Amino acid sequence: MNISRFLKTQNVDPSRRSFLKVSAGTTAGLVLGVNFGGIAAQAQSAADAALEFNAFVSVTPDNVVKVMIKHLEMGQGVYTGLATCIADELDADWAQVVCEHAPVNTEKYANLLMGQQGTGGSTAIANSFMQMRQAGAAAKAMLVNAAAAQWSVPASEIRVSRGVVTHGTHSATFGDLATAAAQQSAPDVTALTLKTPDQFTLIGRDDTQRKDTGKHDGTAIYTQDVKLPGMLTAVVVHAPRFGGKVRSFDATAALARAGVVNVFAIDTGVAVVARDYWSATKGRELLKIEWDDAAAETRGTTDILAHYHELVETEGAVAASVGNVSDTLSQSRDVQTLVFEYPYLAHAQMEPMNCVAKVDGAAAEMWYGCQSATGDQAAIAQLLGTGIENVKINTVFAGGGFGRRANPASDYVLEAVRVAREVQGTPVKLVWSREDDMRAGYYRPAYVHKLTAALNVNGRPTAIQVRVAGQSIMAGTPLAAMMMVNGIDITSVEGLSDLAYEIPERQVELHSPTNGVPVQWWRSVGHTHTAFSKEVFIDVLARKAGDDPVAFRLGLLKNNPRETAVLQLAAEKAGWGTKELPAGWGRGVAVHTSFGSTVAEIVDVSVQGTSFKVERVVAAIDCGIAVNPNVVRAQVESAIAYGLSAALGDEVTMTDGTVDQDNFHTYRVLRMDAMPEVEVHIVASTNAPSGVGEPGTPPIAPAVANALAAITGQVITRLPLKLA
Amino acid sequence: MAYQLTINGQTHEVDVEGDMPLLWVVRDHLNFTGSKFGCGVAQCGACTMQIDGVATRTCVLTVANAVGRNITTIEGLQSPQARAVQAAWVELQVPQCGYCQSGQVMSATALLEKNSAPTDADIEAAMAGNICRCGTYSRIKAGIHMAAAQLKNTGGAA
Repeated sequence: MNISRFLKTQNVDPSRRSFLKVSAGTTAGLVLGVNFGGIAAQAQSAADAALEFNAFVSVTPDNVVKVMIKHLEMGQGVYTGLATCIADELDADWAQVVCEHAPVNTEKYANLLMGQQGTGGSTAIANSFMQMRQAGAAAKAMLVNAAAAQWSVPASEIRVSRGVVTHGTHSATFGDLATAAAQQSAPDVTALTLKTPDQFTLIGRDDTQRKDTGKHDGTAIYTQDVKLPGMLTAVVVHAPRFGGKVRSFDATAALARAGVVNVFAIDTGVAVVARDYWSATKGRELLKIEWDDAAAETRGTTDILAHYHELVETEGAVAASVGNVSDTLSQSRDVQTLVFEYPYLAHAQMEPMNCVAKVDGAAAEMWYGCQSATGDQAAIAQLLGTGIENVKINTVFAGGGFGRRANPASDYVLEAVRVAREVQGTPVKLVWSREDDMRAGYYRPAYVHKLTAALNVNGRPTAIQVRVAGQSIMAGTPLAAMMMVNGIDITSVEGLSDLAYEIPERQVELHSPTNGVPVQWWRSVGHTHTAFSKEVFIDVLARKAGDDPVAFRLGLLKNNPRETAVLQLAAEKAGWGTKELPAGWGRGVAVHTSFGSTVAEIVDVSVQGTSFKVERVVAAIDCGIAVNPNVVRAQVESAIAYGLSAALGDEVTMTDGTVDQDNFHTYRVLRMDAMPEVEVHIVASTNAPSGVGEPGTPPIAPAVANALAAITGQVITRLPLKLA
Repeated sequence: MAYQLTINGQTHEVDVEGDMPLLWVVRDHLNFTGSKFGCGVAQCGACTMQIDGVATRTCVLTVANAVGRNITTIEGLQSPQARAVQAAWVELQVPQCGYCQSGQVMSATALLEKNSAPTDADIEAAMAGNICRCGTYSRIKAGIHMAAAQLKNTGGAA
């Protein structure tokens, strides 16, 4: 069967497929079929007898290569990507490789770009590409040295291929050699010779099956599925307004409900602990709570945004400056201005936030999709007044994250600990309902931007002024030291302060007002809004100049070969200027660089009256070496869908401080009928890998807006997009 | 109160309140955790099971109303259509985070059990109630077409 018939974006070498099916079956028994006596049962049969070669690689006598994954698998494919880098240098057979989430050990498992153990910023592959390859190469050297000693032959003459070590008539599996190899001294990783790209056997291949298995048959285990002996389930009623506190509560009726075990107040609300989720939920409905709103945020989003609109009319803190923009603007005869508005956004990952905690005196054990291992561990230890060595975290798959699970305040994690310490020694699963999840905040902040450009006689921009108003994500977090310079939160202006287009004079100013709404990064962080303003604005300038939008951009990217190449590839593949559109369709483009990677997207939309449909997206990405091209394409498809959801419908609003949305009927995310056909093209590269999970998101909304403008003439400057 | 349920061809007895949704009976009391909780209001489809062969949101179906009916969860899927769908899901590497995929597989299977050659429009209609925040919709659609083709080629046996 020809797969390409079914999936336009996937190329698979059919000769590999029967092998891969066998391999998926072989490993399934090891990583799946987990029936909890404890979560650590994951890959238990391998773990029992695994011989550790280094922090990342163990081999069992029965020939399983166990790989420790230092990042959270939340769908982005880190199990597959990191294991690929190790297995390639190790010359393992892909079928013999199983993955397991690493425990918290900041020294061993730090994100090398963050200095702490954690996942985010599209850095999983970028920070560990060399580290994983070195770990694989070091383990291989130990296997080879063990074989050399056993066979009395020179190590240099030994060959390793697909999990088999050979010399002349000698042959051994990794499992055969594991015990002896584990006793070899670990080589100096910097002295190892790593493969050149032409020697890769797994890196760059399309057809290796993902290692995060069990997701097609319900056997994959998420936090929601964790079951421990005697475990209780908790729900927490939060204040209806951010910053509200419990004044008093009456739990009489709740405690009388069957299944309810305990009710008590904690810092973040009132907890109902029960034998199961439904009993907890029914108990919660019977609670009577009086809230104290004295310190609560009581404004609505209309007021907050009105304030931001006032702010962008005033000078802000200077985030970037070249030339004398205000003079040039005041002297220019041709000035173009646009004001943009962006709503708060919820992450709305499919698995509502949850966390299992067990507190026993000064010791805590946790089970959840942990994204910020170092940060969460430290926060838990601080709350309990104990040392980090007393906080054990077991990481399981996360049902999506998009930024939410790496909460700088460890909000949901500490809430679980606060509940668990009231029922000492008993494991408790904290479960947020969808309504809890959607109303708990930590949103992508709302923003208003004002862009003003001075244009020369040819319509080319000679100076640009950008003003951004919106809450800082980083202020007050542990990352502020790294991400804030002179009070400027880099993530509020990224993508504009480092503007790719060559405009001689430019100034970026920032207002970072504070309010009570909790905010956080959301897939692609500042680029979620900066790319929209930049790309819609540049399109307006192109049309005003009577230029083709691609040609106009290329004219401003003459010293940026990477964006030029990616834009040209997308344009060529989409048939820009050559492939005709049906009547009533429009085509738009956007290009943007984020997390070290450049993505261009070209969108075709069909319009009927005030409704429209995104029909087709052609994307091109330069992310350096694509460790697994199929995963890269999957991530770009996903990033497009996620960004398109926000472009078409996502929006959190507040009335008098209360969030108006509560579930998927009011927070309208993308469904299948609105998903366009997506084609992803990867620029061939031998550069080190850069980000993949996020860079596909920024260009989609502006490309759609530009396509709509092309066919309707309406320039939409507010998200989500609506035609008049 | 005690209820008898027929799940994946086997009889299970549970002692729960009658208003408890089937999803929570199955997850919290019978320990089948393949069916997921996503919204609680029949909006996202993560909890989808087959009730008498019909894809049903079990987060709003009470246990009292599930008595005497044929309940199939992801753990009990056995039909040729189900096997073809799951094989296609692996082949095309459909899942990302995977949390919604049990529900997607249940809905896709129910579709193919009624319609052996669905069009894109049929698929969109049948899958409209299943949200995927990772946006794997294109691969889901491709997977359903692949499963349908596979079933046709093998005369209905996956």
